[in-house]
Amino acid sequence: MGGNSDMKLIDENGIRIDGRKVDELRPMKIEAGVLKSADGSAYVEIGKNKVLAAVYGPRECHPRHMQNPAKAIVQCKYNMISFSVSDRKRPGPDRRSVEISKLISEAMEYVVFTENYPRTSIDVYIEVLQANAGTRCAGLTAASVALADAGIPMKDIIPAVAVGKVNDQVVLDLNKEEDNYGQADLPIAILPRTGEVLLMQMDGHLTQEEFDKGLEMGVKACNEIYELQKDALRRRYAVVNGETDEESKEADEDVTEEA
Amino acid sequence: MARSIVSEIKRDHIHKLIADGKRVDGRAWDQVREISVQTNVVETAEGSSRVRIGNTEVIVGVKMTVGEPFSDTPNKGVLSTNAELIPMASPNFESGPPDADSIELARVVDRGIRESQMIDLEKLCIEPGKKVWINFVDIYVLDFDGNLFDACNLGAVAALKSAVVPAKANGLGDDYPMPITCTPISVTSVQIENSILVDPTLDEEKVAAARLTVTTDDNGDLRAMQKGLSGALTLDQVNTAIETSRRLGIEIRKLIG
Repeated sequence: MGGNSDMKLIDENGIRIDGRKVDELRPMKIEAGVLKSADGSAYVEIGKNKVLAAVYGPRECHPRHMQNPAKAIVQCKYNMISFSVSDRKRPGPDRRSVEISKLISEAMEYVVFTENYPRTSIDVYIEVLQANAGTRCAGLTAASVALADAGIPMKDIIPAVAVGKVNDQVVLDLNKEEDNYGQADLPIAILPRTGEVLLMQMDGHLTQEEFDKGLEMGVKACNEIYELQKDALRRRYAVVNGETDEESKEADEDVTEEA
Repeated sequence: MARSIVSEIKRDHIHKLIADGKRVDGRAWDQVREISVQTNVVETAEGSSRVRIGNTEVIVGVKMTVGEPFSDTPNKGVLSTNAELIPMASPNFESGPPDADSIELARVVDRGIRESQMIDLEKLCIEPGKKVWINFVDIYVLDFDGNLFDACNLGAVAALKSAVVPAKANGLGDDYPMPITCTPISVTSVQIENSILVDPTLDEEKVAAARLTVTTDDNGDLRAMQKGLSGALTLDQVNTAIETSRRLGIEIRKLIG
């Protein structure tokens, strides 16, 4: 957070530098099943963020001392590739990515029926290909679609989004400039059906009223993202159904001709 | 990376097909899988590409910074190539610092680029002995189904060809395209049961005895080679692999202009 910056990020008409209104998400695209080797995968673009997630498992848990005899563990690794940011990032984990990986693992462990797979590990890999603020939320959004694509039984899919404060106004889904020069950042993940909070972090400065307003915006946006997640999964599996429909139609026609 | 366990039934199947001159996916011995190349896929990189060969997929980015040259080449830019076999790409890849496989991979790709003098490094000198452009070519494997050498070579070459030197952002005048002199292309063959197969899939790699990567330039001259795995090749097989690399290299080179 840049604190009280003089930088003007919202104009008199309440329009932000990328043309959005304060409560508007960046354009978002979700695709499920994009990789062959992984058991499940998903790709998410939100604004200029590009994020890939892959799931392997449930599989044998390594290291073995991490095994839980009663349930599966979810091990997420969030990583930014070296050229995803403007100054090259040295490959390998840093303190920030270790913290994000931990929070995302914990959020996902709540929705997965881990008790079905004792002693195993469900491994989730998030690679940020291009970063523009909000990558942990995009990562969690992608990862939960990848979990569903892997066919792992879950209570629900998790949508995530960040809200924040820019030029003393509460705004939804910060972009890079707003993240750098804004006054607060509040990434959240809320299950639409139950209202349960699975991810919440905050830095900066918010009054109680601003927090309430931000949360309201965030819940609404999570609902929107949730629909896009479900739609991506429907598209992924509708293709298979579509082909089957075609084939059965052709089969019907053959029968008619013969008759 | 290729040394993971193969079931005997799969091994027998591949061997039997080869005895009849066939491959699991129906290709001829000297036929590469379908290749797709996309460039400028990541805006934060100076150049980038996403390459698919069959079900193998890699993403490559070029980042450039201003830095000091090596003392033995004071008037040349610096090239550094790195490959990451991330666990996303295969159930057998683990996170952690680069292992021998990924170091070999990066070094073979680096040799093809360096020895062909694909980049005119002298044009990347800003102030002799003091300031030059440092090029980081970072390769990430996203999906692994064999033949990483060729996928990574093609990805790195395509990313470099699409790169723009960020002079303006560094207060060094106008941006200009990466100075490129040629297009080195590698083609990898493996030996199974005394047969040579080009562009091996993961299953073929797992049962292969030996591997040979040959990188040629636009004239068809040799620029880099690497023999791998613990089997032996006959000189005839080496020559077949070289001839095939030169021949297929012409077609692959056309894909990236």
